[in-house]
Amino acid sequence: MSETTVSARPRRGRVSSRAWGVASGLAAAATPLILLTILVVLAIFAWRSVVWNGLGFFTSTKWNLGNLYGGSLVVRHGIAAPQGAEYGMLVFVTGTLLSSAIAIVLAVPVGIGVAVALTSFSPRGLATVVSFFVELLAGVPSVVFGLWGFTVLVPWIGATVGPGMSKVLGFIPFFGGQAQTGLGLLASGIVLAVMIVPIITAVSRDALAKVPRELLEQGRALGLTEWEIVRDLSLPVARPAVIGAVILGLGRALGETMAVLMVSGSAVNSLPHNLYSPISTMASTIAAQLDSAMTDATGMAVHALAELAVVLFLITVLVNLLVKRIVRTLEQSPVLLWAERETE
Amino acid sequence: MIAARPAEGAAGRARTGISLGRRVRHRTAVVLVWLSVAIVLLPLAHMFAMVTSHAVRALSPKLFTTSTAGVAGGLENAIVGTIQLVVLATVAAVTLGVLGGIWVREFASPRAAFPVRLAADVLAGVPSIVIGYFGYVTMVTWLGWGFSLLAGALALAVIMLPYVLRATDLAIGRVSEELRDASTALGATQAATLRRVILRSALSGIVTGALLAVGIALGETAPLLYTAGWSNYWGLLPSFTHNPVGYLTYVVWTFINQPFAEAHALAYAAAFLLMILVLLLNVVVRRVIVRHTEEAR
Repeated sequence: MSETTVSARPRRGRVSSRAWGVASGLAAAATPLILLTILVVLAIFAWRSVVWNGLGFFTSTKWNLGNLYGGSLVVRHGIAAPQGAEYGMLVFVTGTLLSSAIAIVLAVPVGIGVAVALTSFSPRGLATVVSFFVELLAGVPSVVFGLWGFTVLVPWIGATVGPGMSKVLGFIPFFGGQAQTGLGLLASGIVLAVMIVPIITAVSRDALAKVPRELLEQGRALGLTEWEIVRDLSLPVARPAVIGAVILGLGRALGETMAVLMVSGSAVNSLPHNLYSPISTMASTIAAQLDSAMTDATGMAVHALAELAVVLFLITVLVNLLVKRIVRTLEQSPVLLWAERETE
Repeated sequence: MIAARPAEGAAGRARTGISLGRRVRHRTAVVLVWLSVAIVLLPLAHMFAMVTSHAVRALSPKLFTTSTAGVAGGLENAIVGTIQLVVLATVAAVTLGVLGGIWVREFASPRAAFPVRLAADVLAGVPSIVIGYFGYVTMVTWLGWGFSLLAGALALAVIMLPYVLRATDLAIGRVSEELRDASTALGATQAATLRRVILRSALSGIVTGALLAVGIALGETAPLLYTAGWSNYWGLLPSFTHNPVGYLTYVVWTFINQPFAEAHALAYAAAFLLMILVLLLNVVVRRVIVRHTEEAR
């Protein structure tokens, strides 16, 4: 109640302001602190693996926990790991990059297409409805995507799509070969694509909607068709944000865990040799392996997973910083500055 | 019928001046663009239909009143566990996130605000399994809490936090200068302006952000796998540490791999409940936004 009468009691008001400042400042410090703690804790945990594995971690395709049941230990640089243990992340990095690449190739044209449909080619009522469903898709839990992928997409790829593509496009490297169960690279890429389309669409749609009206009207005045306006005016102006949207989607695909885990076939020790091969991603491996890693008495398996987590963390952080940079470029885009001056 | 709203002028002109080639290209673009809409909405529709049709056989009052036993039974434990985890996580994330957002927008110098905003944006991009792993090594093993409600909820809170913080930040940023100035001119202190004017008019934006974060938390699995664990039991007054908690997303991902029809039905039922919850959240968010924009006019 004191706030309403603060003019009579300025000191009290000032104290209360300061209390807000301190309390909110402490809370605000939490976010960077948490981020820093995550990085430091993961780095400390990964250190034993970094020392024990050396560069082999980045070049080896073998992931083997070794003999966990009382075999002799292998000691390197004073650090022990089970006999026969080998930790290499190459299979998981390959799986991550390839599945994300497929997702991007599939999701980018479709995602941008939907954004264009929403901003330029649909009556407002319809656009609202479609937007609602696209946002709904963004909210669907990843296990539900996984469930759909596992029970619908995977059998379909195994029985129809895979053999079909193999027959028709088999002459292209990587497209030939047996589709087997359907669990694998293609299924992972498609599920990831469905998951990242809403992100690409939402961000691109907002960027396209921000393109100055005057610019589009001028295009219309010149007698351009709607498609020419989209191609030559809207998309070029919104390009930095659309690129940002794509990279944002990439970030999500790189780090997705559950959906991939359910449809990837969880490959270990073998690189994919065609589109239908089983794979593992870095994120799905952390989820799949932690259980068995905990049984390693030397703890090396858990440390190796920490190193995998650090690498994944750094990749996604880089991707996100890239988005920030690109979006900042958009904010300084000369066309938008021009438009702002014009409208003021 | 497809020649859309803004195109009417151009379409009128098309009959007179626009060459056939350009008209064909326009038509092709329209078709392709709507084809992509179909490509996106088809999996969503199929997902809903499939999950619903399979969930029907498990949907009964029993689902909500019995707990999971092995891979059969109901989902009571998972439903209660999900609520407990998400509520606890929301309390933590909203407290820290809203206060943090206030600080960034109202108290911090631009130089001080930058690292907090950057950290929030980076944290939002950290894969949830990495946060789950972090929660496992810190809370579950190092602090010795074991698989527990608190470990799971805090892992979820870390995932929610950046969304709440940035939503608060943006919502306060949209409060008009005039409103602030009017409040100050009436002699209100900074604290009074903040509480009675700024937060009040930013409320719907903050609520929207918080609901979005709740939706994300509801659907998460990866951060809970090694923090919350899984349990067939639940308590109304939960113990915060040393007792694992069940949650719905776990049922979806483990039970579908079981060779039993009853387990599959439970997995679909859990997925169905999650989708309905997400749908409801989306509707509520829409209403909040619509009401807010109407008020603003």
